[in-house]
Amino acid sequence: MSEPFLIGDSMTGGYGKGPDILHDCTIAVDKGEIAVIVGPNGAGKSTGMKAVFGMLDVRSGAVRLDGEDITKLSPQARVRKGMGFVPQTHNIFTAMTVEENLEMGGFIRTDDIRETIEQVYELFPILREKRNQPAGELSGGQRQQVAVGRALMTKPTVLMLDEPTAGVSPIVMDELFDRIIEVARTGISILMVEQNARQALEIADKGYVLVQGRNAHTGSGKELLADPEVRQSFLGG
Amino acid sequence: MSYSLRTPLLFGAVALLFILQGSTDWWIFAGSWNASLTILNMALISAIMALGVNLQWGYAGLFNVGIMGFVALGGLATVLVSMPATPGAWSQGGVGIVFGLLVGAATVVAAVLINTRMAAGRNRTLATIGTLVVGFFLYRFIFDAGVAGVEAINPAQTGYLGGLNPGGPENYKAHGYMTLLAWPVGGILAAGAAWVVGKTALGLRSDYLAIATLGISEIVIAVIKNEDWMARGVKNVIGLPRPVPYEVDLQQSADFVARADSLGLDATTASTLAVKLSYSALFTVVLVALIILAQLSLNSPWGRMMRAIRDNEVAAQAMGKDVTKRHLQIFVLGSALCGLAGAMMTTLDGQLVPGTYQPLRFTFLIWVMVIVGGSGNNLGSVLGAFLIWFLWIQVEPIGNWLMSVVTYGMEDGSALKTHLIDSAAHMRLFSMGIVLLLVLRFSPRGLIPEK
Amino acid sequence: MDFLNALVALSNFVLIPAIAYGSQLALGALGVTLIYGILRFSNFAHGDTMAFGAMVTILFTWWFQSMGLSIHPLPTALLALPFGIVVTAMLLILTDRTVYRFYRRVKAKPIVFVMASMGVMFIMNGVVRFIIGPGDQRFADGERFIIKARDFKNATGLSEGLAFKTSQGITIVTAIIVVAVLFWFLNRTRTGKSMRAFSDNEDLALLSGINPERVVMITWIIVAALITIAGTLYGLDKTFKPFTYFQLLLPIFASAIVGGLGNPLGAIAGGFVIAFSEVTITYAWKKVAVYLLPESLEPTGLVQLMSTDYKFAVSFVILIVVLLFKPTGLFKGQSV
Repeated sequence: MSEPFLIGDSMTGGYGKGPDILHDCTIAVDKGEIAVIVGPNGAGKSTGMKAVFGMLDVRSGAVRLDGEDITKLSPQARVRKGMGFVPQTHNIFTAMTVEENLEMGGFIRTDDIRETIEQVYELFPILREKRNQPAGELSGGQRQQVAVGRALMTKPTVLMLDEPTAGVSPIVMDELFDRIIEVARTGISILMVEQNARQALEIADKGYVLVQGRNAHTGSGKELLADPEVRQSFLGG
Repeated sequence: MSYSLRTPLLFGAVALLFILQGSTDWWIFAGSWNASLTILNMALISAIMALGVNLQWGYAGLFNVGIMGFVALGGLATVLVSMPATPGAWSQGGVGIVFGLLVGAATVVAAVLINTRMAAGRNRTLATIGTLVVGFFLYRFIFDAGVAGVEAINPAQTGYLGGLNPGGPENYKAHGYMTLLAWPVGGILAAGAAWVVGKTALGLRSDYLAIATLGISEIVIAVIKNEDWMARGVKNVIGLPRPVPYEVDLQQSADFVARADSLGLDATTASTLAVKLSYSALFTVVLVALIILAQLSLNSPWGRMMRAIRDNEVAAQAMGKDVTKRHLQIFVLGSALCGLAGAMMTTLDGQLVPGTYQPLRFTFLIWVMVIVGGSGNNLGSVLGAFLIWFLWIQVEPIGNWLMSVVTYGMEDGSALKTHLIDSAAHMRLFSMGIVLLLVLRFSPRGLIPEK
Repeated sequence: MDFLNALVALSNFVLIPAIAYGSQLALGALGVTLIYGILRFSNFAHGDTMAFGAMVTILFTWWFQSMGLSIHPLPTALLALPFGIVVTAMLLILTDRTVYRFYRRVKAKPIVFVMASMGVMFIMNGVVRFIIGPGDQRFADGERFIIKARDFKNATGLSEGLAFKTSQGITIVTAIIVVAVLFWFLNRTRTGKSMRAFSDNEDLALLSGINPERVVMITWIIVAALITIAGTLYGLDKTFKPFTYFQLLLPIFASAIVGGLGNPLGAIAGGFVIAFSEVTITYAWKKVAVYLLPESLEPTGLVQLMSTDYKFAVSFVILIVVLLFKPTGLFKGQSV
């Protein structure tokens, strides 16, 4: 089996000098796929993704993107390598307009970013309407769209989302998931952490159930949904 | 070096500086015990201020940039308590001033009451503004008349209300103990001002307290400079009574002259030294008492709680500690110490000269003392006070010496040389800034770090 | 006629001085607010840095004057201003490299930055006094008035004269130009937007590839320009004395906080609120009242709410009221 496009391979590590939070944890995603990390509270879901993005010390194991070892790179350098990251909170510039948010998203690019902005607007039509409004004045769902749009501005090959549906209504959640599927169809790999495990696994090509920083169950979204043990312990029967 | 040895060694080294200043005129030293004691007395007072600031900063992490204002309030207290009442001042306007101030206060209270009791709307706004305007003019009318009355009384000599000294203008110097009474009063005045500032600015971002304290100290100085009826403003109050004997009296005492003689000193020198030593003794008693109290409180449950709050405000809050209230408490306490020290300083000077209150000299220099000495450590800030005050005084001779070295090869009378030598005095601020930055960067815990 | 006289007196003693002073405060407060927004601390060295900027400009002015260089009728100081800005910018960048950068690296608490700025204040204070001395310095030249009181009286026939000083005119015009350029820069250029983004959400700005050191450096350069201009204008309008610049710290902080720390628009509004309050409260209104009121009601006193010595109290009281009732300022500033 060839190696996945992005893989955090057997990662062990924690924040700064703190104790290890991840133990031999592996997370991977292939081109154009959606991979979802689920698990109970405090299982290290976000930590696992942050490890892939270089926001904590990986003491053993490695992160490889398209075969290249990027374990030692800073998050900023990983952005330049084509990784996009949408934090769970504080993920937009609230005092700046929607369009300025997108411009800042494409800050590292030296070529013309107009086209990418157009693509984001096509993906999220509501943002075109609100382009000159301060992003902080938008609704929760719209703000998440801005956040995703901002991350897409670097034309990433992998997009990582930390609980994109936290705090939004079920209808908005469905819409956001639809958009995320659309993003994946353009060939971008998606790695996301989700609280709403059932809905997330439904759209996932690959699912990782983490418990206490370890891989508990791994499989395709459908397999995990069908797995009685996963259903019992994480999906409420 | 172990900490148990470090503290006495550092204190010993600073003591040596004072001894050298007294005994030898080698290098930058003056070789005069008189000069050494002058520095020592101010150092003792500075140490009390530093203790107060250390309470606020070291125990609670509060950044007070208004030390000068609290010190000046202490000085004001000394005048208000230890000077005699100006004859006729109270009948010719003092009552009017007090009444005017009461009217002013009542106006504010009334306006606040209207604002809280009445339903919002145009009527409330009109009533509030009306009360404020009418009250203000009434206040100014009564107050201005009172001020004019008081300031008209022999303006060259008095022209102010005076204080509480029971001796009267003729005999007030016999009641020197009144200055001692002024010390706690100075503390209370400063505490009152600190309460007002703390009430408004504590609980907000730490920078805001700094700015608010900076503001209150500028205003305190402005009030003392301009309200002539209170303490003669920039006309200064001189000839404050003393808690210690006068040199002249000592020189006329046969007993004292004889004893000075037996020590091999002439009467004049001996009397100045004796007076200075008496002050040193008084100040030392206060300082030692305060250090003991501060040490006890630091190790009490209260002190532990304060430090717990400083180290993790959120956790302390979660544990049910009222952080803002504790902060207010310690802010008031620390400022009271500054007020006390201010009263002591004015007593030592024997006069209140508002023009000499410079923020760089009082506020920021005390900060340098605390940081250099070791924030969070009482003994550290005391050491810092002694060391920095000594350097502050000696920077000038050091600067002169340095300039003479720098300009050694230059032609005498060249413009640059003259300018450099004339500017040596400004080396003070510059070098204090360098010291502060260096300590903050390379030894942020100071000479004697917190345990 | 009396009404016109009153209006002229009002403009002469209240409106024009307050607008000029407000412009100076606004420029100063913009600097404070930018530093707060980007570096996230209240810079206590601001007043003394202002004195430094003005001092360098004065030194260049004297040099130009001695060479006979002049742009009469405008003051030579305007010619010296760019040089003052460059030197001040270099000094500020040097200060940042030697002092503040270290604390950014170790992610020190804001209060440590404030303390470090206090040390910088001491040093600047010493440097300025060392070079130019603590006294008053004169460097204004060129035409003193745009409108002279006597000419105004002759031209209009009013008994009240209107004097419009060149320094006031220059202050107002310069402030408008500087503010316009600054806002264009912040809102229209990529670099300016990246500064706003950094101020808005530092982590996300880093994630977007914005270089923090570059943002910080540009901030210091802008601050250098703002305070050198503000300091020079203040010196032209009133007088240059190092200590007065330290004292300006309070009204400048008050302006920035009243407007909302971190909000450039607020800093400008705050500057004018403080300036107008200070001038109207400490102005003796008798002159205006005499024209407006019938003789029987003419005031006997000066009709001055507070003596000018208490102008600091005015900014302080406004500051306290704002802190009590609206800690984020009139325009929404950053959180407290």
